[in-house]
Amino acid sequence: MSAQFRQDFSVIANWIPFGAKVLDLGCADGSLLKFLEGSLEVKGYGIEKNDAHWLNTLKQGLNVIQMDLESGLSGFESQSFDVVVLSQTLQAIHNIEKIVYEMCRVGKEVIVTFPNFGYWRHRIQLIQGQMPVSKALPYEWYNTPNIHLCTIKDFDEFCIKNKIGIKERLILTYGKPIHFMPNLMGELAMYRLVSK
Amino acid sequence: MSEKNSVGLVKAKLAQFTKPLKLTSGKKLPSYTLAYETYGKLNAKKNNAVIVCHALSGNHHVAGRYKKDDKYPGWWDNLIGPGRPLDTDRFFVIGINNLGGCHGTSGSMSINPKTKKLWGSDFPIVTVEDWVNSQAALIDHLGIESLAAVIGGSIGGMQAMQWTLSYPKRVRHAIVIAAAPNLTAQNVAFNEVARQAIITDPDFYNGDYYRFKKKPKRGLRVARMLGHITYLSDDAMDSKFGRKLKNKNIEYSFDVNFEMESYLHHQGDKFAEEFDANTYLRMTRALDYFDPAIEYQGNLSKAFKKVEADFLVVSFTSDWRFSPQRSKEIVKALLDNELTVSYAEVTAEHGHDAFLMSDPHYHGILTTYFKKIANQL
Repeated sequence: MSAQFRQDFSVIANWIPFGAKVLDLGCADGSLLKFLEGSLEVKGYGIEKNDAHWLNTLKQGLNVIQMDLESGLSGFESQSFDVVVLSQTLQAIHNIEKIVYEMCRVGKEVIVTFPNFGYWRHRIQLIQGQMPVSKALPYEWYNTPNIHLCTIKDFDEFCIKNKIGIKERLILTYGKPIHFMPNLMGELAMYRLVSK
Repeated sequence: MSEKNSVGLVKAKLAQFTKPLKLTSGKKLPSYTLAYETYGKLNAKKNNAVIVCHALSGNHHVAGRYKKDDKYPGWWDNLIGPGRPLDTDRFFVIGINNLGGCHGTSGSMSINPKTKKLWGSDFPIVTVEDWVNSQAALIDHLGIESLAAVIGGSIGGMQAMQWTLSYPKRVRHAIVIAAAPNLTAQNVAFNEVARQAIITDPDFYNGDYYRFKKKPKRGLRVARMLGHITYLSDDAMDSKFGRKLKNKNIEYSFDVNFEMESYLHHQGDKFAEEFDANTYLRMTRALDYFDPAIEYQGNLSKAFKKVEADFLVVSFTSDWRFSPQRSKEIVKALLDNELTVSYAEVTAEHGHDAFLMSDPHYHGILTTYFKKIANQL
C-alpha cells in the first residue's frame, strides 16, 4: 500500500464519527474498513465483486457482501448507513449517476475520492501526446479499468447538476492539502457529500 | 482429495428420547430416536460443536466410511476432516438424520410406540422447526449448551437459519448455503409433481406399502429424476451429456437412447432402491412449509429481529432452484437488523448441486470462515 493511500485513509477516518455504521463500496482487500474498525470501532460492511478481493476481505475478519455495484444498492434500505464510502473506485464505474444517487439514498453522508485527471502531471503527458500514467493512474490506456476519469471541476459541476451538496472538499498531493489552483495542483480529490 | 485428510472409519449412533416432542402441526411425537454421527472431539469448554444439516435425500452419514471398502464416503466428506475446511482437529462435528427420515431416525419405517406396528402413513408431517427442536434435544443429550456453528445447504441451510430463530442464544454462527427464505411457487410445483409421482404409484397403498411388502419404486424413481434435472444447470447438463447417444445410433424407440436419459435412469433406479417414499414426501413437505416470515406478514427482516448469530450466506450463479436472488433476500433481512454477515456469490456451472462440490474458491471461503470461528473458541 502506498503512503498516499494511507493519507487517503486518515482523511476518510477524520470524516467518520466513532462507532458509525459504514458501507465501503468496492472495498478491495478491506484495508480501509480494517483501518476504520481499528481506529474508530465502526460497524463496517464492504461490497466487493472480485472473488480474490472478496476472500481477502473475509480473511481480515470483515463483513463483505459480494455484488456488482453497477446493479445498484437495492438490498440496502434508505438512510440505513451513517456513511457510505466510494474510495478511488468512481472512475471505474459505468453508471456514475446511478451509483452516486444510490449512495446518497443509502447513506446519511457520502464520501467519494478519485484521482484528479486535471492534475498538472497528467496534463503534461497529454500535451506530450500520451495518455497519462502515474501513481494514482498506474494503468496503460489499453488495460485500464478506469473508464470515467474526471477533473475536480467536472465533479463539482456534476454535483451541482445532480443536486448533491458538497459538505467538505479536500484536495491532496503527496498527502498534503492543496489550496492554490487545486484542479491543476491536486492529485487526489476527496469529497463529503449529502443529498440536497 | 487425499484419504489422509479423511475422518476415517465412523460409526452411526442412536439417541432415544422419551420426552414427547410437540410438533408445529399440533401433533405430538410421544418418543423418538435420532440417528447421528460425530467426528472430532468435543473440547473441554464444550464450545466447538458444529451441526451439519442435511438436505432432501441426505442423512447423518456426512463424512468418512463405515467399512474400508465402502464405495462412497459420507455425502459431504470433502468438507469435513483433519485439515479440511470444517477441520475435525478444531471442531466437534455432528450429523443428524432428520425426523421422518429412513436411515435410523424415527419415521414411517420405524415402530409407533402406541400401536407397536410400523408408523407407515401415520407418521406425522414434520417441519424444519420440528427438526431443529429435535436437534436441540440431541445437543442437550450430548451436554452441549451452545453451538459454534450450524451449516447446511439447500433445506440444510433453512435448518441453519431456523436454528438462529428458534435458539438465538445457542448458535453463534450460521452458514447458509444455496438456500432461500422460503420456496417459490415454481419450487413448490416441482415438489408436488414429485409427490404425485409417488402417491399415484399403484404400489403406494396410501403410504402403507410396507404391509404389502411393496415399494412405490416407479414413483420414487420419477420423483428423483425430476429432482436431478432441477439440481443441475442447463449448461452443466450440456457440457456433461450434450446430445450424446448411448449406443451411437438413433434407435427409433422409447428405450434409453441419449446419455442424459441413461444418467437419469441410473440415478432414479439407485435412489428408488435405497430411499423411502414416505421420507421423500415428508422432506419435500417440510421444504414447502418453511417460511419464517409468515408470522410477520411476509416481512423477513421482522422475523430476523431475534437473531443473534453471525452469518455466512453463499449462493451459486447457476443455481436456478435456489437462485442467488433468494440468498440476497436473506442477506437483506440480516443487514436490516445490523447483524454480522458476509455473502458470497460463487461462480459455478453445476447449478444447485454446486454446494456439494469442492470448488477451490468455494472451499477457500468455508476454510476462511471456519478459521475465524475456530479463533473465537
